[in-house]
Amino acid sequence: MAVLESKVPKGPLADKWTTHKNTINLVNPANKRNIDVIVVGTGLAGGSAAATLAELGYNVKTFCYNDSPRRAHSIAAQGGINAAKNYQGDGDSNFRLFYDTIKGGDYRSREANVHRLAEVSSNIIDQCVAQGVPFAREYGGLLDNRSFGGVLVSRTFYAAGQTGQQLLLGAYSALNRQINRGKVQPFNRHEMLDLVVVNGKARGIIARNLVTGEIERHGAHAVVIASGGYGNVFFLSTNAMGSNVMAAWRTHRRGAYFANPCYTQIHPTCIPVSGEHQSKLTLMSESLRNDGRIWVPKDLEDAKAIREGRLKGVDLPEDKRDYYLERRYPAFGNLVPRDVASRAAKERCDAGYGVNKTGNAVYLDFAASFLRYGKIEALTSGKKDATEAEMIALGKKVIEKKYGNLFDMYYNITDENPYEMPMKIFPAVHYTMGGLWVDYNLQTTVPGCFAAGEANFSDHGANRLGASALMQGLADGYFVLPYTIGDYLADEIRTGPIATDTPEFDQAEKDTRARIEKLMNGAGTHSVDYYHKKLGLIMWNKCGMSRNEKELKEAMDEIAALRADFWENVRVPGSADTKNQELEKAGRVADFLELGELFAKDALTRNESCGGHFREEYQTEEGEALRDDKNFAFVSAWEYNENPRDAKLHKEELVFENVELKTRSYK
Amino acid sequence: MKLTLKIWRQANANAKGKMVTYPLDGIDGDMSFLEMMDILNEELITKGEEPVEFDHDCREGICGSCNMMINGKPHGPQKLTTTCQLHMRKFNDGDTITIEPWRAAAFPVIKDLIVDRTAFDRIQQAGGYVSVNTSGNTQDANSIPIEKAKADEAFHSATCIGCGACVAACKNASAMLFTSAKVSQYSLLPQGEVEATTRVQNMVRQMDLEGFGNCTNTGACMIECPKGIKLENITRMNREYLKAETIG
Amino acid sequence: MSALVKSSLARKWVMALSGLFLVIFLTQHFVINITSVISPDTFNEWSHFMGYNPLVQFVAQPILIAGLIVHFAMGIILDFQNRKARPIKYANYAGGTNASWVSRNMIITGLVVLAFLGLHMYDFWVHEMTVKYIDVQPEDPTRYFHELQAKFVSPIRVGIYVVSFILLAMHLWHGFNSSFQSMGAKAINKGDGLRKFTYAWAVLIPAGFIFIALFHHFTHTH
Repeated sequence: MAVLESKVPKGPLADKWTTHKNTINLVNPANKRNIDVIVVGTGLAGGSAAATLAELGYNVKTFCYNDSPRRAHSIAAQGGINAAKNYQGDGDSNFRLFYDTIKGGDYRSREANVHRLAEVSSNIIDQCVAQGVPFAREYGGLLDNRSFGGVLVSRTFYAAGQTGQQLLLGAYSALNRQINRGKVQPFNRHEMLDLVVVNGKARGIIARNLVTGEIERHGAHAVVIASGGYGNVFFLSTNAMGSNVMAAWRTHRRGAYFANPCYTQIHPTCIPVSGEHQSKLTLMSESLRNDGRIWVPKDLEDAKAIREGRLKGVDLPEDKRDYYLERRYPAFGNLVPRDVASRAAKERCDAGYGVNKTGNAVYLDFAASFLRYGKIEALTSGKKDATEAEMIALGKKVIEKKYGNLFDMYYNITDENPYEMPMKIFPAVHYTMGGLWVDYNLQTTVPGCFAAGEANFSDHGANRLGASALMQGLADGYFVLPYTIGDYLADEIRTGPIATDTPEFDQAEKDTRARIEKLMNGAGTHSVDYYHKKLGLIMWNKCGMSRNEKELKEAMDEIAALRADFWENVRVPGSADTKNQELEKAGRVADFLELGELFAKDALTRNESCGGHFREEYQTEEGEALRDDKNFAFVSAWEYNENPRDAKLHKEELVFENVELKTRSYK
Repeated sequence: MKLTLKIWRQANANAKGKMVTYPLDGIDGDMSFLEMMDILNEELITKGEEPVEFDHDCREGICGSCNMMINGKPHGPQKLTTTCQLHMRKFNDGDTITIEPWRAAAFPVIKDLIVDRTAFDRIQQAGGYVSVNTSGNTQDANSIPIEKAKADEAFHSATCIGCGACVAACKNASAMLFTSAKVSQYSLLPQGEVEATTRVQNMVRQMDLEGFGNCTNTGACMIECPKGIKLENITRMNREYLKAETIG
Repeated sequence: MSALVKSSLARKWVMALSGLFLVIFLTQHFVINITSVISPDTFNEWSHFMGYNPLVQFVAQPILIAGLIVHFAMGIILDFQNRKARPIKYANYAGGTNASWVSRNMIITGLVVLAFLGLHMYDFWVHEMTVKYIDVQPEDPTRYFHELQAKFVSPIRVGIYVVSFILLAMHLWHGFNSSFQSMGAKAINKGDGLRKFTYAWAVLIPAGFIFIALFHHFTHTH
């Protein structure tokens, strides 16, 4: 496959999706009953896709490594979900959501996909409310909204600080309904280990039952990969401990191109690393930036004093603080997009203004909000002559109502009371915009294999806006994939049941078993985590928030060497025919060790800075990202090679007909 | 910090398990409980032993995977906290900590501290949903205003993370708090009210089939619930069920 | 309706309803007994009515006995099921930190009360049956007060009586308000009114019985 055919429909932007739906092939209901679909991953994208496909009549099998579909990591999303409902009457529209997303992604996403996302965004909210998802409401009984970074309207729907859990439980309930009807067969505690391709088409998967260790074959007419992102290649991230790239990477190995692996979102507001023992990082929702102000000391001396514990941040007078986001980006202030906020924090910390022991933290301060909210509260409750202290106390109550659970979580983890001291935050790996390359139908370069949600590369370009991941996952799963998959499956109605006793399945199972055996028979010097941590350090130091040619090259060599060492010396205790979490981890890390190298290669190839990808060589005098639209307005889609450094690059040129490519400015 | 850990080890579902004692040194107060377990496991692997298996995933207190009975309490001594969010500063140097899996006939042990909680899934499958298809043509989200207090209450019931601490804490291993939280969420919302009758009947039937014990209103579930799900949900389910079975 | 009898929630109603019925009976019993402290004549009069009114004897009494049997049998069945729901016990179980002792040990307090009821039946009911149906003695509307006093002479019997009523109080402390919970009474969660009432009642009625016993023990004239 030499040319990447995006299959974007012709016609005006706003009509593309409708036209496409009107013209693609459909499968009649009687035939759907004879078609099997495998969905790998049960988060927002996979769960909603599986439920909807089953509603339509397909026979669905779902796979997830957790004990229940409800535990997919979509559950941890805090802040909210965007939709162009314009309930606030603040000028929102499909086009504005589309535009914000394209701009937020630094003009590295496909126009048609993003516009479709904006179009179906409103349906998502309707659907979720109908399912009984308890979104936050105002006193009048209507839905409430909040603001997120990178936009000038209030379009984010939310359920306190756990929108992800509520939306996932909604999808999970729809899925449960289909399981109860027998239309979905759930395979929990199962992990996909390979994709089976027969005559160029995806025909099933090899999965391991994580409880018994059994290797199973599952055939289907189409396979949907909705297994999330690969942020855990950094070891420390806000991803769940089990989040992995295995399903996507196995698919990549079987022919699916992997797009833009280097586009990683480093989220600006996470709890800083506290020590060596750290196993994962915890996000503090972006919604906090609605009310919190980010700052570091103005003077190096003060920063030093704070780091050494001689001075408390809270005691530093106002004129000695540097609210650097408000200073640098007056129009968006603390609500600049994530990539911009993260880089700005790193810049300050690198310059020596960091405020915790490691020097890698900035303040997120709510003092101003306490007072602001307290004033309103005092006035509306008739306390016209409240003192400042009284107002602050009232304001803290308001903040507690809005973000109480986040404040509690922060307190619990850091042992510092965020109501009394400003929070300390630092950027952390959070989301990966890159993923399996898909066309407009969400089909990968392997016919019959689709990718949805974070697992594909499609909608967020080089940087994702806050509250857009939930939107994309559900858009793909509820409203896009169930339609577009029909275009492919319409040709499969005469195929009949997929046999799993074919040479292709034999071979895939053999490969899988050989790989497991190899992992089990490492020389046994180091644990899996040892390698994972090492990989994470290379990635963070050399492929993290800023990258340069020299270090990326080093990273590729180091990762390749680490991978060789891993296969030789990893120690996986226990046996393969039982529950074995070390073996599970080993398989995942093995894939990260390949992905990591491709990641660095991708970053090295992209000689520009855009969104989350910041190359030190390509920046303006003010230190802003410098895009190169002339040479790099394309999607990098990589064809697999055993040596990731030799992977072959295919380019999908990005055509912008509806927006003008501009330097992103949030000033 | 120096600790003595007493941990339930069981090779598989059919094996006989036992408590095994492990001394552990070098634990820091800033570590989470699971990070402490990571360190123990790293030591065990280095020694050539099999690490202790336990369920965990998000480590942010929301996925509901982690489930340890720590010193006789689900998720340990700290209120409103999952095991993954429990930090070692809650313990003292020299402490002995017992760690066991959830114990219930409906939650059989798979390995070490891992139990099978699919009974919860089956309860939800029996009726924990609103039967509405994904059409994209449902009515506008704002067409039915919902009283804020009710919406908030429904939300609170919906915050259950399905960890099973309620079952683990209950002296009868009853799943009433879990089941009732889901029943409550839907019965409080106009969208869920339509199917309230069959939902509560089906979910209770499944709950009974799974072999959970009976509720005796001790209230332990609410005290130990890491999300603070209220006993009121159980009262509401009792009421809903009575209504369903009598007036329909 | 069939599910109603089989389901765990229905069993709880059976416990709750039979329990509430017994609570009402206990209240009525207490009202009659307290008259023995105030006026022996009234006590004799009411006791005689209870003992010889056919409606009480042949309708109310069998219902009471049935209610008792249902409550105890169901309690034992439920406890058996509950034990089965956790076949492997915890090595370390801090049940005392999240629920009161009485709520966790209803079976113990219940069985003690059951044992006491045995004694009580032997003392009063068997005696009544003997008087009425075996010896077939003539009706004596004045015998009850003396019979009552006679039972409270022995300090051991009074001791057993007192201990049993303390356990009954414990049983009621959890059981009375729990019955409202089981029946889904909104009031039990809204405000403290009903809850406080059940706690007060659970203490006052057994305390009253104890008072009556002690009163007669120290004031008996036979």
